[in-house]
Amino acid sequence: MTTLAGAGALARMAIRRDRIMLPIWLYAFAAFIGATVYGFRGLYPTAAGRAEFAATANHNSALLSIYGPFYGSSIGSFTAWRDTAICALLAGLMSVFIVVRHTRADEEAGRGELIGSAAVGRHSALAGALMVAVAANLAAGVVLAVVAIVLGLPAAGSIALAAGIAACGLVFAALAAVTAQLARAARTARGLAVAALGVVFLLRAVGDSVGVGGPRWLSWLSPIGWAELIRPFGPAGGPRWWVLVLPAVLAALAAVLAGLLAARRDYDAGIWAQRAGPATAARWLGTPLALAWRLQRATAASWLAGALVYGVVLGSASHGIQGLFGTTQVRRIVLEMGGAHGLTDAFLAAVMSMTGLAVGGYAISAVLRLRSEEAGARADVALAAGAGRLGWALSHLVIATAGVLAILGMTGLGVAAGLGTGAGTAGGAGTAQMLGAALAQAPAALVLGGLTAALFGLAPRAATTGAWSVLGFTAAVLFLGPTLRLPSWLLDVSPFTHAPRLPGGGVSAAPLLWLGLAAVALACLGLFGVRRRDIG
Amino acid sequence: MDDAIEIAGLRKSYGSATALDGLDLTVSGGEVHGFLGPNGAGKTTTIRILLGLLRADGGTARLLGGDPWRDATRLHRRLAYVPGDVSLWPNFTGGEIIDLIGRMRGGLSPTRRASLIERFDLDPTVRARAYSKGNRQKVALIAALASDVELLLLDEPTSGLDPLMEAVFRGCVDDERERGRTVLLSSHILSEVEALCDRVTIIRRGKTVETGTLAQLRHLTRTFVAAELAGPPGSLAGLPGVHEAEIEGNRVRCQVDADALDAVLGRLTAVGVRSLTCQPPTLEELFLRHYAGAALEPR
Repeated sequence: MTTLAGAGALARMAIRRDRIMLPIWLYAFAAFIGATVYGFRGLYPTAAGRAEFAATANHNSALLSIYGPFYGSSIGSFTAWRDTAICALLAGLMSVFIVVRHTRADEEAGRGELIGSAAVGRHSALAGALMVAVAANLAAGVVLAVVAIVLGLPAAGSIALAAGIAACGLVFAALAAVTAQLARAARTARGLAVAALGVVFLLRAVGDSVGVGGPRWLSWLSPIGWAELIRPFGPAGGPRWWVLVLPAVLAALAAVLAGLLAARRDYDAGIWAQRAGPATAARWLGTPLALAWRLQRATAASWLAGALVYGVVLGSASHGIQGLFGTTQVRRIVLEMGGAHGLTDAFLAAVMSMTGLAVGGYAISAVLRLRSEEAGARADVALAAGAGRLGWALSHLVIATAGVLAILGMTGLGVAAGLGTGAGTAGGAGTAQMLGAALAQAPAALVLGGLTAALFGLAPRAATTGAWSVLGFTAAVLFLGPTLRLPSWLLDVSPFTHAPRLPGGGVSAAPLLWLGLAAVALACLGLFGVRRRDIG
Repeated sequence: MDDAIEIAGLRKSYGSATALDGLDLTVSGGEVHGFLGPNGAGKTTTIRILLGLLRADGGTARLLGGDPWRDATRLHRRLAYVPGDVSLWPNFTGGEIIDLIGRMRGGLSPTRRASLIERFDLDPTVRARAYSKGNRQKVALIAALASDVELLLLDEPTSGLDPLMEAVFRGCVDDERERGRTVLLSSHILSEVEALCDRVTIIRRGKTVETGTLAQLRHLTRTFVAAELAGPPGSLAGLPGVHEAEIEGNRVRCQVDADALDAVLGRLTAVGVRSLTCQPPTLEELFLRHYAGAALEPR
């Protein structure tokens, strides 16, 4: 196996490079499952209350599409219901980032060349990255299982739940290994794998929510669906362990495919041939703003497409809410998700909050383009060619702001379209209302973008880590804040705490105005820093 | 013509590491000025300060009569820059990048662009991700040379070019000189500087150690003399300005200071010369003398 020589050493080096990120992921898994078990114990102490809620939720296509079905009414079933899909999604994301970072991104940055010239085999980098992903998923599985067992869930079910989640992570590690062979750019490889993750999430969302007579088998096509279908705390007979064969086989096949593809391609080349491009630039490409647009448009376009699909799916799913108005339990769980008035509205408001958070992530990544341009020394080329510092930085901030507004607008339109497709919608959920509800998240999302700009201007080296940590914090506040009963001052730090709950909630201009002002002030602080500091 | 670049006592440190420690550099308008120094001497830092990317800690720097930090954008329209390690946008083709840089600078001449692409033999339809280091450098060079600017700041511009392209580059710099452009050429490739530059500044550890025309710098150093004589020359070592004399029978090899050449050659012709080789000092030797310090004497 000389093609694998040195893979172990590469894996150790990769783990060292990830020594900050991996513990953060593991901590997130632990916090997630811990908060869920703890939260449900408090919310549904009695078996009767749980059974009532599980029965109603199993007829609610909105909840089914986000979380999947209940296979029982124990605290374990509740935990599996709430956490399986989302943790499987997170494990998939973690795996994609790990594998692409240590394969294609290294090649793209030219680091792989040095390694490739040493006594390492052709497949070593790939194998090393997969080893790290396997180790990370194993560790995530152990953390999930141990936390669940310590909090009193049955051991077999806890292990099955954790195994299903980790297995989904492994599938996406192997799929990312394939996309890393196909595409020449790390960004594309990552984007393809994350898009696949989105597709399998939607497959199971549809399969879980269509009900009897619909294409329920769609869930069986989804690695995230498999994690649910293990039924860790399911009906009598214990977990269906054999379902784990599916992700194991798929991951193995994908890993072998990646290996075969890796052997067929040249170093730093993709399987997809690079096409020749235009010999001259388009007429409009001649200003810093045009440059920023050209650099960011592909990302913005994929976000817009994703926002439309997400909006339509969740908009149609929200129909199921309407018939369940009477059950107190549903209202309770929806309240826990962050809603306030009217269950459909509450559901949609929760959807909008999640969208706001995701779009905050977009704002961060769009502003961080400035940092990657600087760190990659491409900023030098643009600045020496006559782009002023302010104009250069402002261009990317303009694109980020426009992108936030467009993506939120697209989500609003998608939700409105999804609502419109369903029969029997009585409510006046008009297009304008949904558009407004989505756009109300913009100031909060822009605060994250502004904060990233401020970090970039004042502490550029810390900007990337700092900005993503802030997103992690706001996500924790949004998802876990109400369950963990965090102190209100801590909740108040997150901009999304101040975003209005729309549709259905009251709107007051003051918080939106303050958030907008904070975003602008932070961006100005960043621009001030950019004007004064060294570049490079 | 006014000086294009005037730097006096320039200082810059990164944390505890001092990059520039009182650097002086004057480049007159219309000259091709060599900027020599080993890796880490502070060449790139100096150029980045001239570009307004870095802020100097002390000293003064004037560029085309303006302040490189405050007037950066205005000055950048009058100069072009080629970095030593060219990073380009991976998704853009070479042609797109040349146009983009040229337009941001205020336009470039399409005919010059076309002729330079041909001279440098660049395929402008290839995406930058697929270019080798040399090809990335060509893209930056073409973008710089095709625009109508007064000053070219070239930071080790040939480090990735093959000898053929290096010759093309030299031809281009000669053209620029004829057009009256000013060029600051940072390099550690001595033959290049020797072939191209009117004046040279040598820096070391952030300080200027020598500046002047090549002739002036050579004046400071020694000529290598080897001769076969009609008879034994006697002792040369006693003469002032003679170093490392080696005498083997009728053959002599030694290093001679410029002002001692008369006396040494007089002594040799008095004995009778059968063959004589005199080599002027190369820049290589100048360089070695400045960088090796006392540890290594010139050969």
